[in-house]
Amino acid sequence: MAKVAAELKYSAEHEWISTDGSGPSVVGVSAVAAEALGDIVYVDLPEVGSTVTAGETCGEIESTKSVSDLYSPVTGEVTEINDEAVGDPALINSDPYGAGWLFKVTVTEEGPLLSAQEYAEVNGGEL
Amino acid sequence: MTENYTALYEEHKKLGASFTDFGGWQMPLKYSSELAEHHAVRKAAGLFDLSHMGEVWVSGLEAGAFLDYALVGKLSAIADGKAKYSLICNADGGIIDDLIVYRFGDEKYLVVPNAGNAPTVAVALAERAAAFNVKVEDASAITSLIAVQGPKAEAILLKLTDEAQHALVTGLLYYAFNELTVAGHNVILARTGYTGEDGFELFVANDAAASLWASVAEAGAEFGIVPCGLASRDSLRLEAGMPLYGNELSLERSPFDAGLGGVVALKSKEGDFVGRSALTAAKEAGSKRKLVGLKGLGRRAGRGHYPVLKDGAVVGEVTSGQPSPTLGYPVAMAYVDVEHAEIGTALDIDLRGKAEPFEVVALPFYKRQK
Repeated sequence: MAKVAAELKYSAEHEWISTDGSGPSVVGVSAVAAEALGDIVYVDLPEVGSTVTAGETCGEIESTKSVSDLYSPVTGEVTEINDEAVGDPALINSDPYGAGWLFKVTVTEEGPLLSAQEYAEVNGGEL
Repeated sequence: MTENYTALYEEHKKLGASFTDFGGWQMPLKYSSELAEHHAVRKAAGLFDLSHMGEVWVSGLEAGAFLDYALVGKLSAIADGKAKYSLICNADGGIIDDLIVYRFGDEKYLVVPNAGNAPTVAVALAERAAAFNVKVEDASAITSLIAVQGPKAEAILLKLTDEAQHALVTGLLYYAFNELTVAGHNVILARTGYTGEDGFELFVANDAAASLWASVAEAGAEFGIVPCGLASRDSLRLEAGMPLYGNELSLERSPFDAGLGGVVALKSKEGDFVGRSALTAAKEAGSKRKLVGLKGLGRRAGRGHYPVLKDGAVVGEVTSGQPSPTLGYPVAMAYVDVEHAEIGTALDIDLRGKAEPFEVVALPFYKRQK
């Protein structure tokens, strides 16, 4: 069963966000979502310096089988994107909570977020 | 929705498959990574459960004449031990299904339709049989079908057959079959497939399916065989330019639109067959749109039902598309207005509002080295 990292918070749209409070937060997609998508072959991320809005689309993730919108779990300014994941989107499958992170954002407002426990209960992941 | 489970369902569960509903059957979508499964078939071997496919036996004195009437091809002309790709059309010339016909003798044939269409095809064949001295028996519910596909497929089959029967395996030509013993089970072994690689399809009774599956997996381990789901089956057949019923083929498309005019025996069959007059008219009228291959010049893939554009105007629609794992660029099949269907024509696919450049290329996208 797909892993749900306990230290992160999650959106209903399957993005995770680190919330350690120091500096920009890191956003990625959950292992549950990565597994459901299948092998990811393309990722389109917001531009550095752009503003993302909680609950709105900010990019796309394409797997061999389908295309899905990427939703921002928070509102804020994008400070960095993961060029390695853009170049090698398979990282999102192999290490969704680590090397497969997507972008960093200076959060001005959080969207509705779930705890790892809540997310796992809804989506059937393993803590 | 899903009502049917193959005899191998428990094996798939043990292997950790994720499942999908396909044609009313609960089938493995993938076991691990669909890309890894795809590459295994191109480089080594893959093991597929295709038991959702139908098996309809046609037997009797007029079996050949009946199939010539019921299908668009000249099936009576197949040699014993050979198979032929054909279509079953309705009176309007629309495609009810594509299928493979195996000839065991002039009074015995096996028809293999697609999963979702198998009941419809079995009923249509039974109806069309009324005026013929034939028996039509739907054996789909008692027959399993396992495919071993890839460059190592023959070596794996040789491990599972007696030396005395090895020549029957190695000598088997593409679209030919033999009845022989594989891993102790009575099997119809056909050199057919839907992947663009060398390989075999094995028809076996349901009660032997799990044992045969395990034997193939064990014998293939040293060659790198992996179980493969429908996701890789779809990407493999797309690279090989093979149509999928429901995507490229439907009641609304004629065989000529789909590039399958050669399957329709308008000249070589003298007698009437279902769809003949409509197909004759369709051939004379010519196609407005035809099926083409599209190669992506960027990284984004077109998907089913996305519009195809020429200078911003819609000139077609994608039927299947995805990134090609083997070739490394996006590929798609699409119906395109004939005036834009020439090889080399630059077209765009409307990717959710963004025009992405593609080029018309010859099918298949991928051809194995022989």
